[in-house]
This record gives sequence, C-alpha cells and structure tokens, in this order.
Amino acid sequence: MTDTRIRADDPADVAAPATASMDPHLDHVLGVRTEADPTVGDVTIQNYTINFGPQHPAAHGVLRLVMELDGEIVERIDPHVGLLHRGTEKLIEYRTYTQALPYMDRLDYCSPMCMEHSFVLAVEKLLDLEVPLRAQYLRVLFAELTRISNHMLNLGSHVMDVGAMTPNLWLFEIREDCYGFFERASGARMHHNYMRPGGVHQDVPLKLLTDIADWLDTRLPRLFEDAISLVADNRIFKQRNVDIATVSRDDAIRWGFSGPMIRAAGLPWDLRKSQPYDVYDRMDFDVPVGTRGDCYDRFMVRVEEVRQSVRIMKQCLAEMPEGPIASTDRKVVPPKRAEMKRSMESLIHHFKLYTEGFHVPAGEVYVATESPKGEFGIYMVADGSNKPYRCKIRPTAFSHLQAMDFMSRGHMLADTTAILGAMDIVFGECDR
Amino acid sequence: MRAPAPAYAADLNGETIETARTALGGLLIRAQDRVGEVALYIDRDRLVDAMELLRTAPGLEYQQLMEVAGVDYPDRPERFEVVYMLLSLTRNHRIQVRVTTDEDAPVPSVTDIWPVAGWLEREVYDLFGVLFEGNRDLRRILTDYGFRGHPLRKDFPQTGYVEMRYSEEEKRVVYEPVKLAQDYRNFEFQSPWEGAAYQLPGDEKGQVPQAKGAQTPLSADTIAKADAAKAPAQAPAGTSGSYAKGTNPPGDAAANARPADPQVVPTKGQGQNQ
Repeated sequence: MTDTRIRADDPADVAAPATASMDPHLDHVLGVRTEADPTVGDVTIQNYTINFGPQHPAAHGVLRLVMELDGEIVERIDPHVGLLHRGTEKLIEYRTYTQALPYMDRLDYCSPMCMEHSFVLAVEKLLDLEVPLRAQYLRVLFAELTRISNHMLNLGSHVMDVGAMTPNLWLFEIREDCYGFFERASGARMHHNYMRPGGVHQDVPLKLLTDIADWLDTRLPRLFEDAISLVADNRIFKQRNVDIATVSRDDAIRWGFSGPMIRAAGLPWDLRKSQPYDVYDRMDFDVPVGTRGDCYDRFMVRVEEVRQSVRIMKQCLAEMPEGPIASTDRKVVPPKRAEMKRSMESLIHHFKLYTEGFHVPAGEVYVATESPKGEFGIYMVADGSNKPYRCKIRPTAFSHLQAMDFMSRGHMLADTTAILGAMDIVFGECDR
Repeated sequence: MRAPAPAYAADLNGETIETARTALGGLLIRAQDRVGEVALYIDRDRLVDAMELLRTAPGLEYQQLMEVAGVDYPDRPERFEVVYMLLSLTRNHRIQVRVTTDEDAPVPSVTDIWPVAGWLEREVYDLFGVLFEGNRDLRRILTDYGFRGHPLRKDFPQTGYVEMRYSEEEKRVVYEPVKLAQDYRNFEFQSPWEGAAYQLPGDEKGQVPQAKGAQTPLSADTIAKADAAKAPAQAPAGTSGSYAKGTNPPGDAAANARPADPQVVPTKGQGQNQ
C-alpha cells in the first residue's frame, strides 16, 4: 500500500516511498495523498458543512439549510423545514368550518385572502352552494389585491437579498396602501377572515371602491414602475440573477412546480385561466411566461403579474353588479345584525351557526386555486358533521423548496439567497 | 355544478374512467366519479406501474403530481388511505389516485417517477406513520427533532403528549408531559331531535335537505346530482365554453354585459349590511 503513496509537497517524486506511517490520520495531517485522491499543492481543500439559518434575514422566516460547500460552491443542500409547524391540519379537525377559516389567514400570512379563497371554494363545492355574483366579484377583487401585496413583499425582499435597498422601501409603501384597503373592507390589516362559505363577510362601502380605483390609476403605477425601473435593467441585478438556477420545462413539471415558478420555465399554466373559479372566466388578462427559467425570469414574471392584476381589478370595479354579498341560505350564512333584531328566526339561525355551525354533506374534494405563490390546494374530507374529517393543505412552498437542492448545485453560496428569494417562500404555509 | 369552484374539464370525467379502465386493467380496483372528481383505487403493490401508465398513456397524460395526502380511518381494516392528486397540463384535468394501507404494509414510493414525491411521502410518513418502500430519504419532516408518534392519526390527542418551555433554572428548553388545567371540551352535535322519519309514499323524491348546511345523511355527491337535475338548463358563463359552470343569474343580461371600456365607474352603492 505504501508504494502508491506520494508526498503532497513533492508531486514529482512519485516513486519515492512514503515516509508517513500506516495511520491514515497521520497521513492526513502530513498531507500524504494517494493516487486515488490527488490534491494539487500542499493545501487540502475539504468540503465543509454550514448551517444557513434558522435565524437568517435572507431565509425569509425559519428555514434551516444544511449546506455542503466546496470552497464557495454549493455541493448539496438539505433544507430542514417544520420549525414553524403549528399543527393547523390537526386543529382544523377539531373546529367547525367557520372556526377553521381564520387558520387559513395564518398559513401564508403574506397573502391571506388567497388562502381563504381555496378553503371557501372547497366548502362550497361540497355544499353545492351558489354564491351571488357581487360576492364573486369582491372575492376576485381582493384576491388580486392580495396578489399585489404579496408580490410587493417578494419582489422587494428579493431585490434586497441581492443587495439593493431602495426598491424594497418603495414597494413597502404600496403594501401599506393594500393593508389600508384590507382594513377598510374587513376590519383587520393582516388576518382578514373576510371570505366566508357562501360569499364574503361584509359589503364594501362605495368610497373604498373609488379609492381603490384612484389608487390603481395613479399611485400604484407611479410607485411600482419607479421602483422596478431601478432594478429591471440594472447591471448588478442582472449579474446576480440571469442564468442563476435555470430550470427546464421538464424539471419544472417533474418537481411539481406551479405558479410563477412554472410560468418562468416557459409553460403558460395559470389556474385562473385554465380552471377558472369565481368570475375569473369573465376577466381579460394575459399570462406572462419566461424564456430561460432563471431567477431573473421568475422576478419579471411576478412584475408582469402585478400589472395584470391591476387590469383584473379594474375590470372587477367596472363590472361589479349590485346585489347580496353572501348566499341567502340561512343554514350556512348567518343573518345580519339588523335582521336579527326583528326576526326570531334570524336570531335562532345566528345562534345555531355560531355554536354548532353548518353541516357539510359527506364527500371528498380537492380544490386548488392560483395563489400568488402557485397552486394552493385544499383536500377536504367531510363526513356529514359540522367539522372537517380531514383538511389537507397543499402548500406551494413544499415542492419549490424541495427543488432547492438541484437548483443551487454548482452555484456560489451567495446565489442561494437569490434562488430562495425568487422562489417566494413563506414558512407559515410551508410548515403549516 | 352551481358552486363557483375551479372549473376544469369535468366533462372528461366519464371518458377518463373508461380510458383508465382499459389502460390499467387489473391494476385498477375501482373507479368513482363523485362531486365532479374522479378517484381511482389502485392495487397497492403495483402502484408504481399504474402511476407510470397514468403519466404516459395516451388519453391520460397526468404529467404532474401535485400532492400526496394521508387520511386515517381507524375503523377500516386497512386504516390509512393515501391519496395522490394528479394533474394533466395538456388535458386540463385532475384525478385522485388512492391506495389503502395499514401501519406495517409499505406503499411503493413514486419518487422515481416524480422526484417531488420525496418530501410529500416524508410528510405522510411523519404525520401518519405510513411507510414508503423505495423512498431513499424517509426522515421526519414537519415535526420536532426527536418527536415521537404520528400526530395526524385520529387516536393522537389534539394537545399532544409533551409540551416545551424555556427553563430559567436550567437555562435551556425543557420538555414536560402536557398538563391541562381543564379537559378539552369536544361537544357532540349529532342531534337526536331531528324528529322521527315518517316515510310517506313519494317522499323519496324529496330526500334532499331543505337547505344547504342542514344535517343530512346524504352524501355531497347525491345532493350535487339532485341540484343538477333541478336546474339542468343553465348556460355556461362567459367565455369558459365547455366548463361546467353556471353562476350567471338567469335572464339578467344587463348584469352580464361587459362595458366596452373598462373605466372605473363603480355602480351606485347600496350595501346590504346597513
């Protein structure tokens, strides 16, 4: 065995017998190497493992990445998730359908309305419940406002992760406006609990609709286009994003991508278009797709989605009819307070709905909607009682984060923040 | 279908089942079409072959695996049901593929067909304890490091068994058995006061509950079919063409007409929650 060994500091002297002992550890210290492991020079570069997170500003929450690095090149990434696991699915099994709805807001706390949207659609599908048109328009309007506010956070933090500070602060202005609108509609800035099975919780005042319309016409485009103009053609931003983590179409399909991630890979797949729910089939909008499937494409797809969301919201505002904002079925939707003051029947319905809740007939559905991050699905198993038997939540982040390993392989350590930022992951939803 | 749920090509359900029957043959135990969703029950041991066929066979082409969900039915002989949600991007169709298993019998892993199944199977293993044969990385994923038990089984209590706190004396996080000041209250809502069922001739026609949300022994599928029979001639809305959707108020042409210019002119507000 010793014949094949050579001293690291004298590579030319191949035939010389090694002076080191048989002890592999000592060999290692002395820099003795075998032909099977030829390291050039006297410096032995070893792979080393570092922990990225769980408390890291670029981890977008509580993500722990166990990274194996070769120098500064990422060799392998093992994401550890579940640090924010709160057992939402278990809790929902012990709550009535009405009580379970607020848990949806707390999943993806950057786009709460879109989480509610899947849940109420699943319940309505099981109940086979008709929803008034105005309620459907309101849902679409606020789902798109949620999309804008979600993308503001993601685009801003992505830009900040790769080094630019200013756009993030500008985009947060827009986000703040969105939260103002949410508060005026639902009474809560973040956890709205606004969409309900059968419609929405309250009607919106006319002034709110006109204010949103003004905002869409003036303030939003000015702030947004200003901020994006700083980065979209910026040389440094492009150097950090173009050709980083390229994902082919086939990979995107095999890894279960959805939303902006699959569109950036070149597939024009948008559930709002291909499987329309509520009044999306009446909306006129385009689906942006990427050409290269890199981080820059993902960023630009989201930028264009914001503009399309503005279009959808304008159509909603223009076409929204008058009428009830929730189903008049009093076994599902509780009556309004004014009604309760006059009618004994309404009082009984109100009491029953807020104690026992409504019963959903037995059945299983999988309802998926296009949340800002991708396909957000609810697999609901009802057993005829007033509580879900099982409510499986399909998070968008699970399949995307899983692809982190092959997407980052061969890239620099600093690129992982760009890759992570372009995935748009929120851990409330990933860990549930 | 009256609910505004996502409208994929639901009219393909029937022919999908037929195509699956011929393509899968003996691998398919039974197929059902409930509430507009197709579910195929597959022989567990030959799941991988069936999945490969579902992915590639012409007329099926389910390219994407979106989700793997576990469900626990403790009363059944094989208590777990593992549900795979498949999506066809080309045919715009979804199906559920279901296999049943128990605590010991492993389900073949589909990670070689869809690498995304890696984490999805890990999750089902973590939360239900279903084993997947061939998954090379079957670690826990969502629960704590060193967690014991499978929390989404129906016999696992909602509160769990251990709780965690930061101990000031020991200057570290400690785990302790759960102590509840009061038992968790789980009320029984199956009402005995629904009245006796006096069946008169002809009553079987009016079996659907008087309103949505009322207690009913019927399944969601039966009710959906009864509703569809009641209002059969509703035109599909807007541009969605063949999609099974009918949320337009009948005869209300003014509300359906789209303004030529999408200028923001909201209609006069008369909110109902005054």
